[in-house]
Amino acid sequence: MITVRIPTPLRKITEGQSEVKASGQSVQDLIERLEERFPGLKDRLCDEQGEIRRFVNIYVNEEDIRFMQGKASLLKEGDVVSILPAIAGG
Amino acid sequence: MSKIKGLKCKECSKRYPAEPLHVCEFCFGPLEVEYDYDFIRQGITREQILQGPKSLWRYQALLPIEKEPTVGLHAGLTPLIHAKNLGQELGLNSLYLKNDAVNCPTLSFKDRVVAVALTRAKELGFDTVACASTGNLANSVSAHSAEARLSCYVFIPYDLESAKVLGNLIYRPNVVAVEGNYDDVNRLCSEIAGEYHWAFVNINIRPYYSEGSKTLAFETAEQLGWRAPHQVIVPIASGSLLTKIAKGFRELASLGLIPPAPVRIHGAQAAGCSPVASAFLEGRDFIKPVKPKTIAKSLAIGNPADGLYALKEVRESHGTVTTVTDEEIVEGILFLARTEGIFAETAGGVTVAVLKKLAHQKAFRSDETVVAYITGNGLKTQEAVSQAVGSPMLIEPTLSSFEKAFKKTKEDRRN
Repeated sequence: MITVRIPTPLRKITEGQSEVKASGQSVQDLIERLEERFPGLKDRLCDEQGEIRRFVNIYVNEEDIRFMQGKASLLKEGDVVSILPAIAGG
Repeated sequence: MSKIKGLKCKECSKRYPAEPLHVCEFCFGPLEVEYDYDFIRQGITREQILQGPKSLWRYQALLPIEKEPTVGLHAGLTPLIHAKNLGQELGLNSLYLKNDAVNCPTLSFKDRVVAVALTRAKELGFDTVACASTGNLANSVSAHSAEARLSCYVFIPYDLESAKVLGNLIYRPNVVAVEGNYDDVNRLCSEIAGEYHWAFVNINIRPYYSEGSKTLAFETAEQLGWRAPHQVIVPIASGSLLTKIAKGFRELASLGLIPPAPVRIHGAQAAGCSPVASAFLEGRDFIKPVKPKTIAKSLAIGNPADGLYALKEVRESHGTVTTVTDEEIVEGILFLARTEGIFAETAGGVTVAVLKKLAHQKAFRSDETVVAYITGNGLKTQEAVSQAVGSPMLIEPTLSSFEKAFKKTKEDRRN
């Protein structure tokens, strides 16, 4: 099982849960499976072409997927996936 | 009727009430304060501003608070210095430096955004404030929260410059050093902000906080005699400062306080963390995040939230985003100190080094008014220059010892 951390703006779709367990071979696969349980989630994360929206950041074990293989990044048992908005300065 | 209509998404224009929200629920785009400019236009004049407090709050009419300011009453209205010596070396007759290295109380431009953020946080009923920071923001939040009697948590990267760490601890907030870089700290704080009901100034309070940066443009225009400069150089971390300076000049012009005039905006980044500069140079309309590696830690944001908007402002104004190396940054700090007696932190070194580079590339006409924004004080990043400043001449307490050393100094200067 993969742990998926859900940011505040998306919790309405995940029935108020801040963390859900799911499975998936890749980030893309994970999103499809989450969509099956929580309809409407994919639309928030991906645009009409299926690409991750530019202000959505996805991390696998704290690593930004843009430094990996993007939505094709592979996942394994026990991974933690975090979905977060963009980073502000300080 | 009030000056604040609410919040609006910069990406998809969806609207929200003026609450502690920073992200669009639908597209994750950043939310921005939406003002009722017709309402503001009725009450704002140059005279009214000139009669206002000697602080950034003279611009209260354009800042996102609903009642009177309660925090940071002495921030802003920093000197705008005509840099005659630096200008002469660069061939610029009308070069000005906006010197937030002496901002009150913590010697960086962050005192502006924090004054606004904490005033708003109190209006929204928070008793605890927090931030993720590369240093200057934490210093400012710690200081202001002490004075405002708010509980405070600041989150910093564990390897921050020692002066900045001390500059937090002295005010007795809770300082959390995270074993990661700034992006890791910010990511963690996004998660904490979702769990704790705290006012994170650069997360859930961000739309209000960021508006404070407009005052850098407002003051510049006022201090130049109610006109915009021709060109400006602004350092880029998240990109927020640059976008708000552009917005500030636009607001003043649209309210009739200054004549409408284009301002060419140049962004300045360190080569070791230049995601916006890379996008600019490669003609892209998306930012590729980077892993920062530079002495300019206050600009070390690998995934800048406002990077795209900063890029847009630069392109529309026909400006540039230019990078400088760590060596050039140190030279920039020394150059500024030697010519104008101003000791800037590494971000200031980036700004001056880029100014120098652009001047050598003939980006400015000698008669143009050029303003460079110096955003923080050099005492906070001493490590960056400690190897480059030389050392005192050591003598015995005798006249002859001094005369010997003095003669040698004169000979060294001749050679």
